[in-house]
Amino acid sequence: METYTWLRAFADSWHLLFMFCFFIGVFIYILRPGASKVHDETANMIFRNDDKPEGDDTGTRKGRHSEPKEAR
Amino acid sequence: MWDYIKLAVLGLVVVVAAIAASLARDLPYLVHMLVIMLASAITFFWIIRRVGEPALVENPNEYMDGPIRFGVIATAFWGVVGFLVGVVIAFQLAWPELNFQWAEGYLNFGRLRPLHTSAVIFAFGGNALIASAFYVVQRTSAARLWGGGLSWFVFWGYQVFIVMAATGYVLGSTQGNEYAEPEWLTDLWLTIVWVAFLLVFMGTIIKRREPHIYVANWFYMAFIVTVAMLHIVNNLAIPVSAFGSRSVPVWSGVQSAMIQWWYGHNAVGFFLTAGFLGMMYYFIPKQAERPVYSYKLSIMHFWALIFLYIWAGPHHLHYTALPDWAQTLGMTFSIMLWMPSWGGMINGLMTLSGAWDKLRTDPIIRMMVVAVGFYGMATFEGPMMSIKAVNSLSHYTDWTIGHVHSGALGWNGMITFGMLYYLVPRLWQRERLYSLRLVSWHFWLATIGIVLYAASMWVTGIMEGLMWREVDAQGFLVNSFADTVAAKFPMYVVRGLGGTLFLLGAIIMCYNLWKTVTSTAERSPARAAGAVPAE
Repeated sequence: METYTWLRAFADSWHLLFMFCFFIGVFIYILRPGASKVHDETANMIFRNDDKPEGDDTGTRKGRHSEPKEAR
Repeated sequence: MWDYIKLAVLGLVVVVAAIAASLARDLPYLVHMLVIMLASAITFFWIIRRVGEPALVENPNEYMDGPIRFGVIATAFWGVVGFLVGVVIAFQLAWPELNFQWAEGYLNFGRLRPLHTSAVIFAFGGNALIASAFYVVQRTSAARLWGGGLSWFVFWGYQVFIVMAATGYVLGSTQGNEYAEPEWLTDLWLTIVWVAFLLVFMGTIIKRREPHIYVANWFYMAFIVTVAMLHIVNNLAIPVSAFGSRSVPVWSGVQSAMIQWWYGHNAVGFFLTAGFLGMMYYFIPKQAERPVYSYKLSIMHFWALIFLYIWAGPHHLHYTALPDWAQTLGMTFSIMLWMPSWGGMINGLMTLSGAWDKLRTDPIIRMMVVAVGFYGMATFEGPMMSIKAVNSLSHYTDWTIGHVHSGALGWNGMITFGMLYYLVPRLWQRERLYSLRLVSWHFWLATIGIVLYAASMWVTGIMEGLMWREVDAQGFLVNSFADTVAAKFPMYVVRGLGGTLFLLGAIIMCYNLWKTVTSTAERSPARAAGAVPAE
């Protein structure tokens, strides 16, 4: 088969299906249960470490987070 | 040891560039080789004066803000240059006598137009993107920039690219692709700089000390990676000679047109949208002091935007030799793109929910909000213009130019100004801006300038579109092309006026930022608007 023909057939079928599923999958993953906590935490990340990088000595960095500016 | 390798390489580049300059087949190539020679020689002497000195200790507990400070200065400088050239060519269109006889072939409209577009998109916008990307990725990764001095190479390398591109335009070196005018030598150099940019950015992300990658960084990453891909594919060309600036493109015919507009539209989509959305998602929450309205929506915005934008290019080629199915595909995806764009706009605006009072007291947040408003307006206008029936009226008219400028001046310009006002006091450790009153002046001058620009271009664009298609009872065209040109004169003057106001605002900004950095601590800044509570 000609390269163009099979590439075109592949793009129109399996790859289209893959992209569609991936896209829908992303949305389902965003809306998964328990994601809101992670998202709130990430949205507030910008309010720390403004002046200098996170130091090596703070071993508890993942547990120590600034308070969210606004509870939602 | 590393210094000696650098010196050897730079010395070699100087010699090779000098030889190439002497063998140059055309003037742009000669000038470009001299630029390369000069830049390498300056770097050579800069390094050799420091050989033997104790190496600067990289402090991992400090952010690397040097290249960002330079980037901020470059953004402001190239912004004023780009706006100035824009004002000049706007008046050249209104009064053709401004294409001076003595400057023919160098400073006429045809030469200055790509200089303007590239200066504002790549020099002003590019420097703003590089500087803000370096700032945001460090703060959101809680880590120093990766790669030691590589970020300096990115900054200075990018300036060399700008100088090569700008001199090339004025001297007539172009491959004729809109927004991709630079010839092969400049393209290759940009590729090297861009890979270094990607390495610095990704390296910092990889060594981050935060568990998650903040959404702004996703947008920046999409911008860097996609622009690299677009740049390489659209600029595939074979140089005619190693000592000349000319090249022969690999693509031809309708494929070439399609690839050009796949590039061109995604330059808008990923350079001027994705990258600047990265700015929006960091600087608006920071300036408003509240997290983004919906983090979920911001991730959806990201994925929907990158999935849809890449297909929208064919709408630049409606009613051409491009197959009908490709035109319809481009139109359909352009219309779908409206949804994520407005999702993002709503997300940016709603970040201020509960803090709308800041609009009255903080001209910086006002600037950012107007930027998001223009983002919403331009991303509504764009899908509408991509509809074939609308495009048959709007294509090739000044409506397109008006649309581009409400996006570029309103969205890209305003968000960049907001970013500069945010960054300068922080980067130079100043208490506050020199004057919020001047920020307000800048805001109103820029906003009125944009309104004059966009309104005059709507009027003139729709007018000339209608004049072009007007036929009499016998089916003959009523107007000649020259009739439309004559009819457009008043709108061209108004457009030039709008651009002048916008330029004036940018100059006021430069003065304000300069005074912010240089004014002493005991100076009592005019902070009335910020300190007085809303009455």
